[in-house]
Amino acid sequence: MKKSVFLGALTVAGLAAGASAAATLDDVKARGKLNCGVSTGLAGFSAPDANGEWGGFDVAVCRAVAAAVLGDPSAVEFVSTTGKTRFTALSSGEIDMLARNTTWTLSRDVDLKFTFTGVNYYDGQGFMVPKELGVSSAKELDGATVCIQTGTTTELNLADYFRKNGMNYEPVPIETNAEAQQQYLAGACDVYTTDASGLAATRATFETPADHVILPEIISKEPLGPLVRHGDDEWGDIVRWTLYALVAAEEMGITSTNVGDLSAAAGDNPEMNRMLGTEGNLGEMLGLEANWAVNAISAGGNYGEIFATNIGEETPIGLSRGLNAQWTEGGLMYAPPFR
Amino acid sequence: MSDTHAETVSYVRETMLPQQEPPASTVGPLGWAKTNLFSGWFNTVLSVLSGLFILWLAYRLLPWIISPTWQATSLNECREIIGALNKPHGGACWGVISERWKQLMFGFYPPEHYWRPVLSLILLLVALGPLLFRHLVPAKVIYFSMLYPFIAAWLLWGGTIWNPIVAILGFVIIGLSLKFLTSVLNPALALIIGVVLAVIWWVALAGTVAGGLSAVLPIGIEAIASRQFGGFMLSITIGVTAILCSLPIGILLALGRQSDLLLVKAMCVGFIEFIRGVPLITLLFVASVLLNIFLPPGTNFDIILRVIIMVTLFASAYMAEVVRGGLAALPKGQYEGADSLGLDYWQSQRLIIMPQALKISIPGIVSTFIGVFKDTTLVSIISMFDPIGLSNAIRADTAWNGVYWELFIFIGLVFFIFCFSMSRYSMYLERRLQTGHR
Repeated sequence: MKKSVFLGALTVAGLAAGASAAATLDDVKARGKLNCGVSTGLAGFSAPDANGEWGGFDVAVCRAVAAAVLGDPSAVEFVSTTGKTRFTALSSGEIDMLARNTTWTLSRDVDLKFTFTGVNYYDGQGFMVPKELGVSSAKELDGATVCIQTGTTTELNLADYFRKNGMNYEPVPIETNAEAQQQYLAGACDVYTTDASGLAATRATFETPADHVILPEIISKEPLGPLVRHGDDEWGDIVRWTLYALVAAEEMGITSTNVGDLSAAAGDNPEMNRMLGTEGNLGEMLGLEANWAVNAISAGGNYGEIFATNIGEETPIGLSRGLNAQWTEGGLMYAPPFR
Repeated sequence: MSDTHAETVSYVRETMLPQQEPPASTVGPLGWAKTNLFSGWFNTVLSVLSGLFILWLAYRLLPWIISPTWQATSLNECREIIGALNKPHGGACWGVISERWKQLMFGFYPPEHYWRPVLSLILLLVALGPLLFRHLVPAKVIYFSMLYPFIAAWLLWGGTIWNPIVAILGFVIIGLSLKFLTSVLNPALALIIGVVLAVIWWVALAGTVAGGLSAVLPIGIEAIASRQFGGFMLSITIGVTAILCSLPIGILLALGRQSDLLLVKAMCVGFIEFIRGVPLITLLFVASVLLNIFLPPGTNFDIILRVIIMVTLFASAYMAEVVRGGLAALPKGQYEGADSLGLDYWQSQRLIIMPQALKISIPGIVSTFIGVFKDTTLVSIISMFDPIGLSNAIRADTAWNGVYWELFIFIGLVFFIFCFSMSRYSMYLERRLQTGHR
């Protein structure tokens, strides 16, 4: 009898917890702040400046969602997470969403019970070698010593790739990117391998970047995107469509400078009108204001602008669009219709 | 003395020679060098070689350290400045320190409130006065030391002034129940009742009372969230709290481990062995990750508080073993002497055993303190911005990506200052407590 009462109480508590978790949007609105999980520091993607203001490519996604939901891109509480704490922070409810260069994999989606709401950066594992080695392809790396971060998927990808191509390598295990830079520059390894965006950012910090080349082979798929908890699809929809609004805005030519004019009155493009809230009730369907997309785009610009200001070719990181270009320009960025 | 010898001596001095200065080669810097550096050919060779090595190090390092890059705003600018100087081995990029030293000190604490952590640090030195330098500071200051934890917490986290006052009231409840119940009950029972009452007060009533009082009389300073703590301020907050709490807990654990009461002994041994058998990182993960899952959603159990509790428990277990070493070193006669004077257990501990045992353990205790303070850098693993975590975040800024040595040298230097002062203080304390048994 007592046991069943106890179990019953547990069930009620669990249901109550589930119910409270199901209304992330209400929680965020009541709090007036979005709790967004970001990396403790990754060049170009998230970093605090001297005044403690966060900026970066992942941070921009948080700001866009905060702007769409609360109308204020600065209404974000940035919760820094490490690779080890990020998933518990999300599943325990400490953060409402995670935008921390996290690769979308089946086990994370299914087993860890998260919902990936899209991809904001298509990455892949690459190789960097000193130019003086005269290597032009990863296929020529037989017998090389490779600096590799332990305990990451890059380690497994590397083993797979070398096995597939019948080559040998000698791993130099390292813990962090900072250590890797030092080891690589000191000549402890011939090759450094990590995500291509990380390689580009690392190379940009060298005194003579031109002495190092990033090989053309990309040996893995690393789609990085924001994610939310399972079980609150309304909230997942908001994050997903905010990201799509940024992508669609670039496709339609809406920028942070002209979004004010375009949203002032309904124009000739019906899809643009629907997205910017001058026609239809898409915002209402999401549970947001009619001008949610206007706010999201005003926060940091459209996807292309965010890319250009944080990691684009004009920045020290200097990444080209590549796979992350619009689908109309040969990339993979493709927003479903706003209808 | 026989006179055979006297006849062979032609001259005997009858006046004392005036005292002379010792030879120049045995006093002053020269004499010091001769006895310490150049006594014998082997030591001379060693001294010369070491001197050359130091000179060579300085020759290679100084040009790197003395680098006019304090005004630079990015690593590339540093490189331009150094490139213009045409130095063979490059130079340090100190711009990162001059731009970010405040962040390394205070984390993301709002700059207009920097005076609060600074004031708490100054007050900490005042509060420690009666504990560390008993003969120099008036004894009355000890009352301030007792209030200090509440003042410091209020200064650092801010909020309404009623929170610390309400928290102090809990201790007043314990004191009052001890005072009035001891006459009717067993003192231990009175203490337990007092603690239970205080816990009821803190958990059930204190929040409401503080809320009500602050609604009536809103006195307070701006509240600062724990997330904004960082840098050395975070390290010192965690370190100092853990250090101050771990000593009394450790002493109690050490005594409990020697207790004749089976339950007390088993609990103390179990606690000490469990905590010492687990790495600190694991405990920190429990604090940051596991508790998040176990606690009901929406519970706001401050992360810094969780970490402080874990670090304190960790340090207490080590402290207990250090103190136990001191207790074991005391001759049995001391215990028997205390018994023969008719002192009860607590009196003999307080007056005879502990003063001696703690004196023996000073080097071990201070080593544990220093270790705990340095261990606070581990919190960067659970994404708190201690100096090491911040150095990572600073490098993530595209302007400073690639700066290593300068940041680590700065952080190392500040840590060295703190740890070295602790170590010097322990030597001073040992000398002062020296009673000549050695």
